[in-house]
Amino acid sequence: MTLDAAPHALPDADLLASGDRWLPVCALTDLAPERGAVALVDGVQVAVFRLADDTVHAVQQLDPFSGAYVMARGIVGTRGEVPTVASPMYKQVFDLRTGRCLETVGREPVNLSTWPVWVSGGTVYVDRTGGAGGAAAGDTADVAGAA
Amino acid sequence: MAQTLAPSKHMVVVGGGMVAQRLVEALRSRDTANTWRVTIFAEEPRSPYDRVALTSYFSARDPEDLSLGDPALWDDPQVTLIKDCKIDSIDRAAQQVTDRLGRVWDYDELVLATGSDAAVPPIPGADLPGVFVYRTIDDVAALRGWVEERRRSGKPVRGAVIGGGLLGLEAAGALKALDAQATVIQFGTHLMNAQIDLGGGEALKRLINAMGIAVRVSTGTKEIRASRRSGYVGRLDFTDGGRLDVDVVVLATGVRPRDELARAAELPVGERGGVVVDLSCHTEDPRIWAVGEVACIEGQCIGLVAPGYAMAEVVADRLLGGEATFPGADTATKLKLQGVDVASFGDAFARTEGAMELVYADPVAGVYKKLVLSDDARTLLGGVFVGDASAFAGLRPLTGRELTGDPGAYLLPEGSAPSPGADLPDDANVCSCNNVTAGTIRNAITAHGCTDLPSVKACTKAGTSCGSCLPLVKKIVTTELEKSGVEVSKALCEHFDLSRAQLFGAVRVTGLRTFSEIIARHGRGGRGCDICKPVIANILGSTGPEHVLAGEMAALQDTNDHVMANMQKDGSYSVVPRIAGGEITPEGLIAIGAVAKEFGLYTKITGGQRIDMFGARMDQLPAIWTKLVDAGFESGQAYGKSLRTVKSCVGSTWCRFGVQDSVGLAIELENRYRGLRSPHKIKLGVSGCARECAEARGKDVGVIATDKGWNVYVGGNGGFTPRHAQLLAEDLDTEALVRTIDRYLMYYVRTADRLQRTAPWMEEVEGGLEGVRQVVIEDSLGICADLDAAMASHVDTYQDEWKATLDDPEKLRRFGSFINAPEETDSSFAYVSERGQPRPATQAERESGTVLIAGTTLEVRS
Repeated sequence: MTLDAAPHALPDADLLASGDRWLPVCALTDLAPERGAVALVDGVQVAVFRLADDTVHAVQQLDPFSGAYVMARGIVGTRGEVPTVASPMYKQVFDLRTGRCLETVGREPVNLSTWPVWVSGGTVYVDRTGGAGGAAAGDTADVAGAA
Repeated sequence: MAQTLAPSKHMVVVGGGMVAQRLVEALRSRDTANTWRVTIFAEEPRSPYDRVALTSYFSARDPEDLSLGDPALWDDPQVTLIKDCKIDSIDRAAQQVTDRLGRVWDYDELVLATGSDAAVPPIPGADLPGVFVYRTIDDVAALRGWVEERRRSGKPVRGAVIGGGLLGLEAAGALKALDAQATVIQFGTHLMNAQIDLGGGEALKRLINAMGIAVRVSTGTKEIRASRRSGYVGRLDFTDGGRLDVDVVVLATGVRPRDELARAAELPVGERGGVVVDLSCHTEDPRIWAVGEVACIEGQCIGLVAPGYAMAEVVADRLLGGEATFPGADTATKLKLQGVDVASFGDAFARTEGAMELVYADPVAGVYKKLVLSDDARTLLGGVFVGDASAFAGLRPLTGRELTGDPGAYLLPEGSAPSPGADLPDDANVCSCNNVTAGTIRNAITAHGCTDLPSVKACTKAGTSCGSCLPLVKKIVTTELEKSGVEVSKALCEHFDLSRAQLFGAVRVTGLRTFSEIIARHGRGGRGCDICKPVIANILGSTGPEHVLAGEMAALQDTNDHVMANMQKDGSYSVVPRIAGGEITPEGLIAIGAVAKEFGLYTKITGGQRIDMFGARMDQLPAIWTKLVDAGFESGQAYGKSLRTVKSCVGSTWCRFGVQDSVGLAIELENRYRGLRSPHKIKLGVSGCARECAEARGKDVGVIATDKGWNVYVGGNGGFTPRHAQLLAEDLDTEALVRTIDRYLMYYVRTADRLQRTAPWMEEVEGGLEGVRQVVIEDSLGICADLDAAMASHVDTYQDEWKATLDDPEKLRRFGSFINAPEETDSSFAYVSERGQPRPATQAERESGTVLIAGTTLEVRS
C-alpha cells in the first residue's frame, strides 16, 4: 500500500470539499519544513511531514520498534534520493514515501503504514481511507500489533 | 558434561610483580581445562602494578592508576593472590614453601618471580633519614612525603640522585616535579652509560641541564653526612674532594636480584647473583622455575620488563606441555622522562664485528642519533636516539633486518623523512612489553573485527604497558583499516566527507550559519540525516549565540534538543532544572516538589546532584517550565550535548576537612559553562580536599582543592569504560584554573570527533595529555587567545533556552499535541503506581487492564 502501488486520480475540488475521504488537517504553513507534526485521523495518530520542497508525507505516528507514539519527532533527511525519517527512539530509518524500513539497527525490519496526502489551496488533506481500497487502517492495526 | 573437574596441580608463584602477573595471565588465558590452580605470594600489600610507570605516581598519586591488566584475573576462582605475605623458605624435598606467618603450602611447580630490590651502595651514611631508594610505590610515596615536609620550611629543597642511569634520571625528574632542586651524580663517564654511547650521553646531559637538573659525571660519592642540627641527611662528600649540601638523596645505583630464597634452598646462583636457569626457565630443580629479574639467563640478570614477560610466556607454555624457549633478550629501552626523548635498542655500542655507525648530531637542537648497521650498511643492528626518538618505535622492530632505502634518511630531523612502520613484516615485534607482532595487530583488524585503536589495544594488549610503541601501532592500524576498506575515513555520513572536527573548522572559517548553506558548500548534496543534522546544530550552537530553536536550526535538532527535555521509553519526557553545584534552597526544593505534584511526575535524584522529573507529555512542557522559570529555575541542559553538572562536595564552608570553597567554585564553573554545546556531554566535579568526596576524577574535568589552590584533572569518565582523570596542572589560583578549563574545554569542543567524550579524545588527540598541556598551558599552537575569546563570547551570550522559548509564541507552537485537534491530549500513555509514584505500565499490565493512572492527564489544574 504505497502511492506507487496504488496510484490515485487527482481528487477533484468537490471531493476535497466533502471531507468524506480527504480530511483537511492543517494549512501547509502550519507545518515547519523538515519537521513532523501529529494529526488525529479518525482517532488514529498520523505523523505528517513537510519536506524542503513543500511536498507532504504521512506515516504512522506509532514507532513499531518502541511501541511509543513518536515518529513525528524524528529527524527528516535523505538517503540518496529517498526522503527519510529516523525514529527518535532507537534510530531506525524509514522511507517517508513508502514507509519501508531502510535501517533496522540490528532488528527485524518492520515497515510503517503510510497515508496519501494532498495539498490544495494551501491546505493539507490526508486520505482517511489510507489510500485506494482503504487498506491503511488494517495495516496500521497489524503494525501496532507487531509492536 | 560437567566442567568443574577439580584442578589436579598447584602452581605457587613467589613474588607479585609485573612478570608474575603476566605469568598468571598467560597461563589462565590458555589453560582452558583448568589443569592448574595458582597461588601468588606478593610481599607488597597490593596487587601487581605497573612498576615501569612508577614515576607517573608523582602526578597521579593514585595507586590504581598503575594497575596492570584486567583486574578480573584476581577474581578467577583458580587464582589466589595473597598480598603482604613474603615466603620465608623452600623445602625442595617436600615440595613445600613456608610463608612469613609460618603457614606451609604444597606445590607441584614453584616459580620464583621475586624480582630485584634497589641496590644500596656501601657508602657510609646510606641509611640516614632522607636517603631513599626508588623501586616501589611505598618508596615513591615516602620520598614525596619527605620532600613535601621539607618544603614547608619555605626554603628550596636541595636534592641529589646518586646514579645517572634510566632510573636515576627518572628520579631526578620526579624531584623536579616536587619543586626540589636536583643534581645527578654519575660515577661513569656519561649519563645512561649502559644504554647509550658517549656522544649520546653528552647530548643527553645538555637536555637534562636544560630542564634545570645539574649533572656531575665521573664522580664517586665517598660519604653521605648527616646535618649536625637535624641528624638528617645534610651533605655529600665526593672522592675528588667536592661537596654538595643536600636535604634529600635518592640512591639509583642499580638493582640486585632477590635470590636469597634460592640461595638458602641451595639452588645455583650466578656470579653477580640471580637464580641460574636454562632457556626453558628451569632451575637445577625440575620443579622450580625462575622468571624476570631474579632469573640469571644466558649468564645475566636483565632488569627490563620485556624479557621478563618473554620468560613468563615460556613458563606458561611449558606448564601446559609446550616446548617454548627464551628467544633472547630485547634490551631496547626508552627513558620515560617528560620532555627528554632518549631511546636505544639492539647493539647500541656497535659491538658486532665490522659494525658501522651512522651518526647525526645537532648540538644546537640537542639531538644525537646513531644507527648501527652491519658491515654492508644494510642490516640494522641497533641505534641510539637522544633529543628526538620519533624514529625509535618504527626502527626497533626492524632490528636484524635489511633496511629499505637510504639508512641515513631515518636520522634526518623529525618530519623530514617518512618514519618506517606501515610496511613492517608480519613477524616484526612491535610491542616488546607484551610481545605483539605487526601480524597480530593486523589480524586484530582482519580476523577479530577491530575498527579503531582502542579496540586493537584491548584485543592485542599492544601499547598497553609502557606505551612507547603506540605511534607505530596507530600507524599499522590505520594502514590496515584503509586496506581492508573499513571505515577509516572520518566522514560523518553520506552527506559529508568531513569529520566533525573538520566541519567545525570549516564553519568557523566560512562563517556559514545555516544548514542549507553548509551542506551546499561542504556537503555532497541531499538534505542531511539524523547523524549530520544534530552535529551541525551542535557546531552552530558552539560557535554562535542563536537559540536552539532559531529558524532552520530547529529542524536539525534531535527530539531532546528540539523540545528541551529528555525522551523516555514511552515517548514522555523528563525535566531537569539546573541546580548549580548541587546547592538548592528549601524554597527551590518546595517549588520543584510542587511542580512534580501538580503534573503527577515521578521524581528521582540524579547522579549529578539534581532532580529529574519523569512522565511529562510534550504538550505539558511549556506549562511545567512556566512554573519552574517563575520559581527562578533555568534549563539544566540534561537533554543537550553540553555541560551537564558541576558536582561538588560541601567544602570548607562546612566540612571540618575542607581546605577550599568547593561549592562556590562549582557554582561559578557551572554558571560559566552552562549551555556550552560540545561534541558530547561534559561533566565537571569539584572536591574541597584530597578526600575527593565529589568524585571529581571521574569527570571530564575534575578540580581538587589543595592548601595552595586547585589541582585540575582532565579526561575522566564513568560509564561503560571508567577512567580516572589525569593531572593537567597543580596549585592554580582560581583565575588560572578557570582560564585553563576554558581552554581545555574549547580545545576539546573544536577538535573532538562526533559523540567523543574527553577520555577517548585524550587518547587520540595529538600528543595525549602532554600535547594538551602544551596547547592549553604553554600555548604551543598559538591559539589560546582565540580559545579564550571563544569562551568569553559563550559566557557573554548565554541565555536560558527555556525562558527564551516561553517568551516566543512561534517557538511554543511545536509543543502542541495534534495539529488538527490542539485541545485533545495524547491518550497513548499508561502508568501504574509503584512505591507511591507513577511508572510506565508494561505491555502485560496494559493488556490486563491493571493500569491505575491513565497518563498524566489526571493532574489537578486550577
